[in-house]
Amino acid sequence: MGGLTTPVLFDLSKQTLRELNKALHGPLVPGTVYRVENPDGAHSIAVGINAPVEVHIEGHAGYYAAGMNMLATVVIYGNAGPGVAENMMSGRVDVTGFASGGAGASAHGGLLVIGGDAGLRCGISLKGGDIVVGGSVGSFSAFMAQAGNLVVCGDAGEGLGDSLYEAVVYVRGTIQSLGADAQVEPMAESDLATVSSLLGAAGISHPASDFKRVASARNLYHWNADANQEY
Amino acid sequence: MSTSSPNNNGRHEPNLQCEESAGLDRATLNYIERAAATGLYEIRGLGSKRRLPHFDDLLFLGASLSRYPLEGYREKCITKTVLGSRFASKPIELEIPITIAGMSFGSLSANVKEALGLAATSMGTSTTTGDGGMTQEERRSSKTLIYQCLPSRYGFNPDDLRRADAIEVVIGQGAKPGGGGMLLGQKVSPRVAKMRTLPEGIDQRSACRHPDWTGPDDLAIKIKELRELTDWEKPIYVKIGATRAFHDVKLAVHAGADVIVVDGMQGGTAATQLAFIEHVGIPTLAALRQAVDALEDMNKKDEVQLIVSGGIRTGADVAKALAMGADAVAIGQGILVALGCNAATYVRDGKHFSAVDDYTALRTAPGFCHHCHTGRCPTGVTTQDPELEQRLEPQVGANRVRNYLKTLNMELTMMARACGKQNVHHLEREDLVALTVEAAAMAKIPLAGTSWIPGEPGRM
Ligand code: SF4
Repeated sequence: MGGLTTPVLFDLSKQTLRELNKALHGPLVPGTVYRVENPDGAHSIAVGINAPVEVHIEGHAGYYAAGMNMLATVVIYGNAGPGVAENMMSGRVDVTGFASGGAGASAHGGLLVIGGDAGLRCGISLKGGDIVVGGSVGSFSAFMAQAGNLVVCGDAGEGLGDSLYEAVVYVRGTIQSLGADAQVEPMAESDLATVSSLLGAAGISHPASDFKRVASARNLYHWNADANQEY
Repeated sequence: MSTSSPNNNGRHEPNLQCEESAGLDRATLNYIERAAATGLYEIRGLGSKRRLPHFDDLLFLGASLSRYPLEGYREKCITKTVLGSRFASKPIELEIPITIAGMSFGSLSANVKEALGLAATSMGTSTTTGDGGMTQEERRSSKTLIYQCLPSRYGFNPDDLRRADAIEVVIGQGAKPGGGGMLLGQKVSPRVAKMRTLPEGIDQRSACRHPDWTGPDDLAIKIKELRELTDWEKPIYVKIGATRAFHDVKLAVHAGADVIVVDGMQGGTAATQLAFIEHVGIPTLAALRQAVDALEDMNKKDEVQLIVSGGIRTGADVAKALAMGADAVAIGQGILVALGCNAATYVRDGKHFSAVDDYTALRTAPGFCHHCHTGRCPTGVTTQDPELEQRLEPQVGANRVRNYLKTLNMELTMMARACGKQNVHHLEREDLVALTVEAAAMAKIPLAGTSWIPGEPGRM
């Protein structure tokens, strides 16, 4: 990438996580590729990057992989623990396997792609980021999600989209149950375009018309419609 | 007054036909009437209004023959305070042990946030962001700014994290341990809405649990992530709303906190359900004692610093908190009052103007207001209204807060010198006695004139 053919190697069986993250926070040459070997489920791998570089994690990652990412592309060749790409601002994070709970929690931007299933609370508190899940998502996904899109190619668990704000969830399979104030709405042209473009970016092919749109009924936006009335 | 009514002369005489009930007193009757009329619980600002065992129930034993005092005006008394030396490579160094508690932009105006920064900086102390992110105004004006990481994560981002001087992971607040933040629609202005990624004007109710971790084991991993994100430079505070303070402090220390902030039930809020404010949590006095017990039990008293908040108003309160084992205090409501909260007037271009009509419009009066949640603050402290906001000029606010902090610090050093201490951090429990049995039991300080601490065996 960027003319650099040899990736910079980090072997977490020999080097410390601190060394890796310190290097990733230093002045970086855009386009540099970092290859992280033997991640062995370590937590907080490649957190807080603020540069257009690539990080390839060759194995499973623990909690908070690529947390608060900005600009970078991080690929996890394996499964990711809780909070992968939490609070991402921009850039892209790919998980080829499964992701645990809170994937993409409170992400403000960027794209998170999970090849397999995601656990509980996927996209919780989402604030503008986009998430594409190749498989299914667990219960309480998109809880209080404020902005951004969650595209689920499989099924969704219980309480999907509870207390949603302006974020939108698209589900291809079945929805076990909707959370408070979430409702299924018809797919508009703009929804089809959003789903197609996110699937395209994720490299997953399904017809956008297979998906249902779940958004907020906006009944919880104001405290209590009766509150200003006196009986 | 409880059994009286005006007689023909207008005098209040006992009258069994007008006996007030202790259980169904006028406040309770009003509460039930209001609930019946609206079908919604009461929401308000500020903190608990009921009488609670507090620092007022403790007294200092000034030095005399058995110990000698320091000269009040001549001998040095150190107030320097270092927070976060456990793991962080850049601990916070403050000139005074009195800090400004976390209050959000949203609950407060940008002017107020700027005023707090200016005042804190001139006194060599820190100020804190709140639920809603960091404003440019407060970052610019604050030399030392603590950045809160809250369950809502509104406006939380890595740039501000890197710009901060310390990070405070907020588990709860004293006004509502177990509850999430709240900002009613009147205060969700375009700028507030944008910073929080919310539609304008909605009644915002934030989450009460963090989105990406649950429980103390997760918290330990989250704290490590925050350290990795900031290259282990910045101190990490953990703020707890006081309930099971002994266990919660232990868990927070175990999770790797550098500094523990314990907020007692007198702690303020910009908007919370009344039932929460008055009926959940424990008094600051009890919480502080439990927190110190926990640190001593773990042998971490010198390693992990303790900040206490919740109803600290005076220099005497600060001195007593330090004597009981706090390293510093944080003040919220006292700061608001210094800015002009509950004052009858506001200042514009050097002149005082009456705000009484605006209190009346809120069906209250100067001295009794707790209407921060409405966004109609008569003195411009807790508002997003462009007109009301002008009632607090940043420089006026900054001067008042600086004077207030200065006064507290003078009182603190006066107390310390009177107890013979060259450093305010040398104040100790042995310098205190309790005025009431409740305070003696909660603070584990002997009742004045005795060596009796309720519940301590062998100390009668
Ligand atoms: S005067 Fe302003 S800050 Fe004080 S209680 Fe009333 S609304 Fe809140």
